[in-house]
Amino acid sequence: MNDLLLAAAGFILMTVAVGFARVLRGPADVDRMMAAQLFATGGIAALLLVAHATTVPGVEDVALGLALLGSFASVAFVNGRADSTTESAEPEAESSQGEDRT
Amino acid sequence: MSFALDVFSLAAIGAGAFFFFAGMVGLLRFPDSLTRLHALTKADNLGLGLVVLGLLPQAGSLLAALKLIIVWVLVLLSGAATSQMIGRALRKGEDRK
Amino acid sequence: MNLLPIIDVGLALLVLGIATWTIAAREVFGAVVGYVVYGLLLSLVWVRLYAPDVALTEAAVGGGVTGVLLLTAGARLRSGGGKEAGEATGLPLRVVAAVLSLLVALGLAAVVLFLPEPPATLAPEARAGLAATGLGNPITAVLISYRSFDTMLEKIVLVLALTGVWSVAADGAWGRAPAPIGRMAPDGALTLLTQTLAPLGIVVGLHIFWVGADAPGGAFQGGALLAAMWMIVMMARLAEAPRIDARWLRLALIAGPAVFFLAGLAGVAWGDGFFSYPPGFAKPIILFIEAFMLLTIAVTLPMLVAGPPSRGAGR
Repeated sequence: MNDLLLAAAGFILMTVAVGFARVLRGPADVDRMMAAQLFATGGIAALLLVAHATTVPGVEDVALGLALLGSFASVAFVNGRADSTTESAEPEAESSQGEDRT
Repeated sequence: MSFALDVFSLAAIGAGAFFFFAGMVGLLRFPDSLTRLHALTKADNLGLGLVVLGLLPQAGSLLAALKLIIVWVLVLLSGAATSQMIGRALRKGEDRK
Repeated sequence: MNLLPIIDVGLALLVLGIATWTIAAREVFGAVVGYVVYGLLLSLVWVRLYAPDVALTEAAVGGGVTGVLLLTAGARLRSGGGKEAGEATGLPLRVVAAVLSLLVALGLAAVVLFLPEPPATLAPEARAGLAATGLGNPITAVLISYRSFDTMLEKIVLVLALTGVWSVAADGAWGRAPAPIGRMAPDGALTLLTQTLAPLGIVVGLHIFWVGADAPGGAFQGGALLAAMWMIVMMARLAEAPRIDARWLRLALIAGPAVFFLAGLAGVAWGDGFFSYPPGFAKPIILFIEAFMLLTIAVTLPMLVAGPPSRGAGR
């Protein structure tokens, strides 16, 4: 049973590692970020499987932490690319001015 | 009974691993960034979901099982939101071109 | 057939491959992505080494905080008009860096491979002293009890780092708020994500801090999670970075080391000496100190990412 869990974990890790090739090839930065996202999810799955097979205590908390932070890099990436959205920032300025007036 | 549970676990985990494989293939082979995004979310939802489902009978306590489900729900939620954001950023990039 | 060594070797090769990519990447973004993935993989390695506390820290700090820090810095460099590739470092410099790194790696490998058998360890003594502290997690005991002075100095180093970041500000900008790190207009998906994720993250962060006394966890891991939650709230523009001369901010920044130091001084009064805890009261004092350390870490890390105060921001 444990061996099969470990085999599944190894398979998932190998799979997402091959997906890492998208980071090397990906024509745009978005593709690299998506490969990192796949890696994070696969990493969580492999972590849960390995932890069940080797009975490390307290590993559900590590998986919780990874799940919470898995999207952080994506959010920071989209955030960093939004540098030329001044036209969409205008409605926000107008609406906040409207709030100040009321 | 525990043998049936083991078989169920292995079946679910195997299916989950298959969906990870499908997500990887999609990420590498699909022609466009948006289609690759679509493939990615399948791995998030179904891949991790089936793995968590398979690990539920093996969990030591009710709290551990709840934590597993919360991990899956969190990945679902953040995956859905970030794919929306990435899609919107991609669309804006295309419009600018 | 024993699968575990195969998985270990595969994991080690994967880590080496990702590290090579991180160094060889041509673009800032590719290298940062490699670094974040490297942090996630290292977290797995720590779990394989039966160190869940370190795995938690690696996931929180390496995957979350440092990833956001590097991405934000990269975005700022790009928009500041800096050259994308920068000047190419000359070959002699790169050769020297490679040789020095190789020497350090060989030294570490020699230490690990030529350890005496059985390796000298203080683990049994550390575990034996747990009963006196009342804790169940030996890591927390080492951090807050056996070498508490070092931990307090680490927190002071964090505050010093933040002061260093603030000192880069222009003279006229001192006292204002840092430029907002969220640069998008309020976006529906991001707002939903933040409003659902942040409360959950705060609960999980507090939970990890609280169970750190008896199970893997602790103030630093919980604090890093709380810091990550504040950072996503700032990135979603649901809250802005405060002015750096705000009194509550400065109190929160020094609360951790100050309480730690005061507890150490109090040890002179009712304990055996500097930084000794009276037996029987050790666990409550430790949790009290950890609570303030949690506050300091949760406030320092996002301010580090927010950067120096900016002339155009703040009221």
